[in-house]
Amino acid sequence: MKTIQVATTINGDATEFVCAPDESLLDVLRNRLGLTGAKEGCGTGDCGACTVTLDGRMVCSCLVLGAEVEGSTITTIEGMSTADALHPLQQAFIDHAALQCGICTPGILVAAKALLDRNPDPTDTELRYWLAGNLCRCTGYDKIIAAVQDAAQKMRTA
Amino acid sequence: MQYAKPKTAAEAARLLGAETGVTRVLAGGTDVMVQLKAGMVEPALIVDIKGIPGIRDITPEAGGFRIGAAVAGLELGDHAALCAMYPGVTEAAQLIGSKQVQGRCSMVGNLCNGSPAADAVPALFAAGAIVRIEGPNGSRDAAVETIPTAPGRISLAKGEIITSVFLPAPAAHSADAYLRFIPRTEMDIAVASAGVSLTIDASGTITAARVALGAVAPTVMLVDACAAALIGTKLDAAAQEALEQAASAAAKPIADKRGTIEFRTKVVGVLARRAAVIAYVRAGGQL
Repeated sequence: MKTIQVATTINGDATEFVCAPDESLLDVLRNRLGLTGAKEGCGTGDCGACTVTLDGRMVCSCLVLGAEVEGSTITTIEGMSTADALHPLQQAFIDHAALQCGICTPGILVAAKALLDRNPDPTDTELRYWLAGNLCRCTGYDKIIAAVQDAAQKMRTA
Repeated sequence: MQYAKPKTAAEAARLLGAETGVTRVLAGGTDVMVQLKAGMVEPALIVDIKGIPGIRDITPEAGGFRIGAAVAGLELGDHAALCAMYPGVTEAAQLIGSKQVQGRCSMVGNLCNGSPAADAVPALFAAGAIVRIEGPNGSRDAAVETIPTAPGRISLAKGEIITSVFLPAPAAHSADAYLRFIPRTEMDIAVASAGVSLTIDASGTITAARVALGAVAPTVMLVDACAAALIGTKLDAAAQEALEQAASAAAKPIADKRGTIEFRTKVVGVLARRAAVIAYVRAGGQL
């Protein structure tokens, strides 16, 4: 199978990789680029654990081909914190114990940030609908909602 | 598998027409990638159409809008003028999958996947949408209801792709609506669904209507008897009852884990009636 050379920007860095034509962006990130924050839960776009943003829109990276992202801009969970500080959403998830096993957490953080970028002051209902594509089997979700709302409040007043 | 990203629709059509093995067209990928993952298909060639000019654009045309085949659900939802003109179509398209899926999934992909439960499709039928098809013999237009032929089957010939869908300028005092039933609030497939588009005159009498039903037959279907139940009425109780009965009478559903024949037959009538009420009020009618 012929490999394809792809040039892209990931978390602000120009990044080139080669991939097979049928290789998902998720597999490229995890297996070729060492960016293992995005997780494979279902592999079919149902669970949201592999959420990244692609040209500003959040997507399931398991439903994107690596070959498709030539010239695109991608952000992953690895691009969320700065060198010395967690993002307010990350800190809020720790403060509110909004995770247990943590498999779903990178996807939920990327999704929550995508919402707050569009709407800095969502209602709980808007937040729950927005996160409907991120499945968590541990927390029961309430602590996730509380953490995102706490971070949103801190980000609005920052 | 080969991956190709042609720069023109003609080149995409040529590549698809020349390939002897299994092919897939890639727009948002939210169905194709799942098929690949599940091993349902092993394509010899995937043609990514997102390099074709205009394929990701929403463009005003003749008072309506032309929507490129790879425009994603959230992009429809973010387009205020389109949402104001076709609230039913844009709401239907935004019911597909999660917000992540919405970042990629397209209405044309929803149509070409051929599911009888596709959310965007009844709304497109009701709206009288016209698809533009590029193929070996050039370009042609077709009514959207001529595309699905059976579950997972569509009427396009080898080498043909849909490049855009056109939503025509609605007549004055027109509106549309789409409703589906799912047993939860999000992230599910329609058990039954209905799209309604209608036009009223100054007295509130319905002068034109199109009603499409989803998930109650092998394909989404446009039901003339439902439209006939609406036209000439002010959507009074008798007209609503006639619509509901016409929809249930037209339903030929299967029973599966998501719904029985009896349930789907009943609910599709209720959904048609409720969607008609929403469309009527949106069009400026008073009940």
